[in-house]
Amino acid sequence: MKGFRYVEGTATLALDAAKCNGCKACETVCPHGVLAVRDRKARVVDLDACMECGACALNCERGALSVRSGVGCAAAVIGGWWNGLRGKDDSAACCG
Amino acid sequence: MRPASPDQPFVTGTISTPFVLVPVISTRLSAADRLGAWRVRWRIGRDGYKLDPGLYAIGDPDDLSPVIATANYKLTFDVLRSALDGLSAWIVVLDTAGINVWCAAGKGTFCHGELAGRLLSDHVDQLVSHRKVVVPQLGATGVAAHEVRRLSGFAVVWGPVRAADIPAFLEAGMKATPEMRAPTFTLRDRMRLAPVELVGTFKPLAWVFAACLALAALAVRPLAPLPVLLGGLRNAAPALAAAIGGAVLTPALLPLLPPRMFAAKGAVVGAVLGAALALALRPSPLGVASTLLLSTAGASFVAMGFTGSTPFTSLSGVEREMRRWLPLQIGGAAASVAAMLLGAMLR
Repeated sequence: MKGFRYVEGTATLALDAAKCNGCKACETVCPHGVLAVRDRKARVVDLDACMECGACALNCERGALSVRSGVGCAAAVIGGWWNGLRGKDDSAACCG
Repeated sequence: MRPASPDQPFVTGTISTPFVLVPVISTRLSAADRLGAWRVRWRIGRDGYKLDPGLYAIGDPDDLSPVIATANYKLTFDVLRSALDGLSAWIVVLDTAGINVWCAAGKGTFCHGELAGRLLSDHVDQLVSHRKVVVPQLGATGVAAHEVRRLSGFAVVWGPVRAADIPAFLEAGMKATPEMRAPTFTLRDRMRLAPVELVGTFKPLAWVFAACLALAALAVRPLAPLPVLLGGLRNAAPALAAAIGGAVLTPALLPLLPPRMFAAKGAVVGAVLGAALALALRPSPLGVASTLLLSTAGASFVAMGFTGSTPFTSLSGVEREMRRWLPLQIGGAAASVAAMLLGAMLR
């Protein structure tokens, strides 16, 4: 994203290129240009721009993409830890 | 699913269809709409700021008009309808419990099941001759296009990130340019979100201020209301600096602050504010330490909360910065309080 980069080396996005049929759904839904289809195969071209939103994995009909998706939100992470400590379900509230 | 009620303030008329009565909505925002937007940005009555989910019409749509999906957060809906002034379209409002598209998609309420269900229950397939539904790009986290097609027969066309680009997108034959697909995060965007963060600091600030007043009451002799109040304000100044630094200045300066981690960005702002306060108030050496530590640790913590308002932070990244910075923030705040108490005892 123009002018904004976040922490590098943490993204959990993984691509199994063998399953990819080059449909471009992932390239279209990714808001940060993380994926690009070249020679009818998806490639990860900017992993550190990934915000782990999960849109690509959800829209991949072949299940070629996987990511531990969630909201990048400190309040939600604290809520999740807190609920975890109390042995509750880890479905943290969002901030927007 | 119940159809949307025509008895809502933004409805100007109805269109009769063989299946449901479709409310026609205004594209002009009223004074009440603008006041409502301002109110929820300051976190006043934000929960429950919603409208009926269901099918609506803008202008005078026919069987060729575009079908556009959105969430039932009133603020989102207002931005969308004011962007569509002069156009005719069918609007399918999903039930996201009054949450915006991006957060609702992340939570799974803005999703393909809900979208397909609305398209079928409101008989949109009978109202239009095409089979396309425009879904905002940032809804893709909850909507699988292939599932929408399987469940409803409608093909998802990913619309622009910003509602303001929809007219140009439709004009171009439902083609989004790369600019329309990329989220932006301008100073104006960031300042619109800052009040939500600032309001979040009010409650802890009230407790801090109460404690600071109590400390002042113990220290000030002879005991009088005004000196106690001034002493309390002076004691609370670093906490106030932390709140403003973390919730307003860090978001404002976000792209200009070199560190990647929001906690580090906030620490930079908090340290500068703390130094300015120390120069202005000229406390004892222990007071300087206490001021610097609290404004730095506090602003760092508050700034970390802004990760939830941006369109580019990741869960793994936020977890990494919290593991690194939370212990520092807690340690810094504890050391600050210790320095302040020690200073008070030595006096």
